[in-house]
Amino acid sequence: MPRLDSLVNSKDADYAKNFQFMAERVAELKRIAGEIRLGGDEAARERHLARGKMPARQRIDALIDPMSPFLEIAPFAAYGMYDGRVAAAGVVAGVGRVRGRECMIVANDATVKGGVYFPLTVKKHLRAQEIAAQNDLPCLYLVDSGGANLTSQEDVFPDRDHFGRIFYNQAMMSSRGIAQIAVVMGSCTAGGAYVPAMSDETIIVRNEGAIFLAGPPLVKAATGEVVSAEELGGADVHCRRSGVADHCAESDAHALQIARNIVGNLGPAGTTKAAVRQPAEPYYDPAEIYGLLPQDPRKQFDIREVIARLVDASEFDEFRKLYGPSLVTGFAHIHGYPVGIVANNGVLFPESAQKGAHFIELCARRKTPLLFLHNTTGFIVGAKYESAGVAKEGAKMVTAVATAAVPKLSIIVGGSFGAGNYAMCGRAYSPRFLWMWPGARIGVMGGEQAASVLTRVKREAMAKRRKDFSAAEEEEFACPIREQYERQSIPLYSSARLWDDGVIDPLDTRRTIALALSFALKAPIEETRFGLFRM
Amino acid sequence: MMHKLLIANRGEIACRILRTAKRLGVATVAVYSEADAHALHVELADEAYFLGPAPARDSYLSIEKIIDVAKRSGADAIHPGYGFLSENADFAESCAASGLIFVGPPPRAMRLLGAKSEAKATMMRAGTPVAPGSSSGDDAELIEAARALGFPLLVKAAAGGGGKGMRIVRAVEELGAALDSARREARAAFGDDTIFIEKYFSGFKHVEIQIFADMQGGVISFFERDCSLQRRRQKIIEETPAPGLTPSLRARMSEAAIRASRAAGYVGAGTVEFLVGDDHFYFLEMNTRLQVEHPVTEMVSNQDLVEWQLRVGCGASLPLTQNDLRMSGCAIEARICAEDPARGFMPSTGEIVHFRAPPLTPFLRIDSGVRAGDRVTHYYDSLLAKLIVYGENRAQALTRLQAALEEIEIVGVATNLDLLRAISKSDAMARGDYDTEFVASNIDALIVPIEANMDLDRVLLAAAASIFLADVRRAAQEASRAVGDAWSPWAETDAWRLYEPAGYEFAVMQANRTLTARVMRSQVSGFSLIFGGVETSVEIRKIGDRLLLLVDGVKHEVATVALDDGIVVILRGRNYVLKWLQAATSWQGHVPSDERVLAPMPATVMRVAVKPGDAVSKGETLVVLEAMKMEIAMAAPHDGVVESVACAVGDMAKEGAELVTLTRMDGA
Repeated sequence: MPRLDSLVNSKDADYAKNFQFMAERVAELKRIAGEIRLGGDEAARERHLARGKMPARQRIDALIDPMSPFLEIAPFAAYGMYDGRVAAAGVVAGVGRVRGRECMIVANDATVKGGVYFPLTVKKHLRAQEIAAQNDLPCLYLVDSGGANLTSQEDVFPDRDHFGRIFYNQAMMSSRGIAQIAVVMGSCTAGGAYVPAMSDETIIVRNEGAIFLAGPPLVKAATGEVVSAEELGGADVHCRRSGVADHCAESDAHALQIARNIVGNLGPAGTTKAAVRQPAEPYYDPAEIYGLLPQDPRKQFDIREVIARLVDASEFDEFRKLYGPSLVTGFAHIHGYPVGIVANNGVLFPESAQKGAHFIELCARRKTPLLFLHNTTGFIVGAKYESAGVAKEGAKMVTAVATAAVPKLSIIVGGSFGAGNYAMCGRAYSPRFLWMWPGARIGVMGGEQAASVLTRVKREAMAKRRKDFSAAEEEEFACPIREQYERQSIPLYSSARLWDDGVIDPLDTRRTIALALSFALKAPIEETRFGLFRM
Repeated sequence: MMHKLLIANRGEIACRILRTAKRLGVATVAVYSEADAHALHVELADEAYFLGPAPARDSYLSIEKIIDVAKRSGADAIHPGYGFLSENADFAESCAASGLIFVGPPPRAMRLLGAKSEAKATMMRAGTPVAPGSSSGDDAELIEAARALGFPLLVKAAAGGGGKGMRIVRAVEELGAALDSARREARAAFGDDTIFIEKYFSGFKHVEIQIFADMQGGVISFFERDCSLQRRRQKIIEETPAPGLTPSLRARMSEAAIRASRAAGYVGAGTVEFLVGDDHFYFLEMNTRLQVEHPVTEMVSNQDLVEWQLRVGCGASLPLTQNDLRMSGCAIEARICAEDPARGFMPSTGEIVHFRAPPLTPFLRIDSGVRAGDRVTHYYDSLLAKLIVYGENRAQALTRLQAALEEIEIVGVATNLDLLRAISKSDAMARGDYDTEFVASNIDALIVPIEANMDLDRVLLAAAASIFLADVRRAAQEASRAVGDAWSPWAETDAWRLYEPAGYEFAVMQANRTLTARVMRSQVSGFSLIFGGVETSVEIRKIGDRLLLLVDGVKHEVATVALDDGIVVILRGRNYVLKWLQAATSWQGHVPSDERVLAPMPATVMRVAVKPGDAVSKGETLVVLEAMKMEIAMAAPHDGVVESVACAVGDMAKEGAELVTLTRMDGA
């Protein structure tokens, strides 16, 4: 395979500025992540520890194999929302290895508002289950939650993708043979009681775990019966009498050990559906990514410089290099896993889209996973291109992206705007994962374009009513639009709302992709049946 | 020369004799008991024959069986080694009666010298000074003799050896009990409870002269060995020349030993033991066999005493004359025994899971009868191996001894290695100024427990973590390979996380202490260890049984041995047993302090076997129930004390009814 040539000059003045800029953003990201890792406020954390309970993240560390990686999803969920006090949306989720097998782990953080389900908690829990279902990952629920947040019931209860979907997913995954295991390490009230009840195997911690449809206060209100939580739904009740739980544990650590044993008995795991080969580090230093990404997202850069710092030995077999050059396509390996890369070098032209569709067809036929690297302002506009059928060519690529049955991973490295986002496997196209880099932007269009479009519409409307629209008035109108777009297109805004699975350090990207490909390739890969391509 | 030699022994001495026989082209026959079927001496010999059950009287002490093996194998000679039948005149006679060469002295000399009191009489007649004492007699006679002799004195078994049946008595009141126990021990060990008493010389040295006599009347002296370093009257370190022994005293003792040999009509290798002090010496006894400590003499004389024994046993005259014998340099031997000095030298048994000796050099000899995988049983003596060093002078020999002791590694049984190290490093050893009481009087200083210190702990934890992480990595890689994911990034052990790596806290138990540390940033080449609030970098340069670590840049070479529940880290010869206490097992500390035993189904109480306050052990029946015509015995789920009994005979217990409550016993 040919090694990519790099033109990055680390002595360049822009390089140093870019590097500094990205390093600062990553440092800020890590600082925020560090705050989120703490969980709830200090008083809540102390109360939790005083009861002999392990913090959610410590539970995960004890559950997974010693010193093994953990690929957290949506760590910034609910960031800046709900008064900014619901760290990680009150639930830690991610993929970790238990007894040598990758599992989805969902751990309620009871120090965050009692672990209750806010709308984004529900969304994150469902996203974790979606990942598990797509990748055949056994699910381990470390339950310690007060259930749905009663004050936001309209946003957590009635709709399809609300609380009830959690149990629907459990049933559906169980029916597909994807193990559902619950470890009850705290309360599990009302609807929450169905998490353990719907699981294949359930562990409950004595004197800590409690499962009931109605807790002691509700029972007292309804019937006047005074009963303790342990008597009502503790380990003895459920392990000896009700049969709601299967294993009684004496402590968090004991329960996690039992959970590990259960995973050890799950039977054969899926085997890798790819010809993996020995990994090689990139020839070019991945740290140079910091310096090559321009501070201004409107500045173009060659995406091959990024590819050269992500793939094994910086080797890339480019497909149709000379045709539709604003889209870069080709084959490479990342940490030994074969991937087909679809990456933007600017605006999408009809030929680029057509080439993209062809390349995706190749990957689907060969069952090669796809990696999308977004950096596009969208499709080209203008009469020439409309008449050349840019919408038709774009539709081909969107069809190919939507229907290709291979694992797809998306990384927004720069801009991801308009229909470009669709063609590059945006969130709506269900990539297995979608991550953003700290300088990335996502939106229907850029803030400047949106402001100018809306200003023109306004000016025309004013003109019809024969009213003046002074330059000052225009600016007054456009400014908040630009600000709104800017605010809403930044990665943390996106990440807080689960439009992505996390904002990641460019330096962690190779590892992150490798971890995801490792388990994505162990699930069966269906034969692709493409939709109709408009010719 | 004989054609085929049967070695009627086991352990290091059997191996040692085998080596010489092989070198001389003599075919070898080993014998073994049930306990020794896989022993080294069986492996080394050309032929090996099974004797019988493990107890020595049924195997290595059975004259009949050994003679039978000799006949069956066609051996023409028997070497008895030391111990077992080596000083048994009946055995020597049986050999002769069967036409076999007994490699040892004539039975008559053995009988004479074996009876210690008779031996003393013979020596006195030969003009050799003997320790004042009594001849054998009954208790009344001995008590009478003791009053005349004064205290302290020694009670000794006439047939004794190796300290068995020997007692120091410091006052007349202790004498009766000492006689009783000495007789008991002597009867058990030698089948002969004849006892005598002897003056006890405090502050004296035990120095012995190795002599060698042939059938032609030639006798030469190989000079002395100082065997004063003893525990429980058994030698542990011996050296030659004896430090501080004057040439004139050496000459007088040699002459006396040669005279003694002649007086007894001795043939072969023999050792005359003396007590030495204040420029005087007293005959103690003559051992009519090869001594355990003979290698030190071989090292300084450059002679093979077993070869001499075999040649002389076949009738040859002494290979060298006294004038041809050149003694040069200094040699020291340390006996490595499976015993625990901290627990009164209690013998230790078990499997030797790890045995590593330093490489041999012209200056270092190791006579070992065991290797890794062997079991040390309670049937035979505790000697595992002897380490013998040579130096041009005493200081050099001692330095080599200290170095060799640091390098030898044994895991699986307790050993006296730490004690040997402490003695080898003591001031008294450096000066050569020790007597037979040195070890006993300084035992507390010699067996100081390992002092806890952060630097040592850090190295132990670094070693434990290296092994732990390598095990974890191996398991992770195996799991990956099993599903065709050979280079899985999930098999890395750096606790990777988005934004900030995590660590792993692990804990080990070491000698009743819990050591806790955190590892971070682990890679194949090393990791960070956080211990006592300090972060240390650990680089792994070599991993395997031997581990080469750079702990904050300082090199440490350690050996590790995996146990079921931990590892042994061997650092500079010292064993540190570390038991894992990681998350995987730490929950075991959380078992409830009490446990209620409940009725599993509605049943009638047939019997209540315990009452409150009873101590019960796990599995013991507490209550017997009857239900559906079946008897159900309710057993204690763990060791504990019965706190309460909530049922009585005849009760109808409901399902889930409490029957008995147990309190877990501390340390259970």
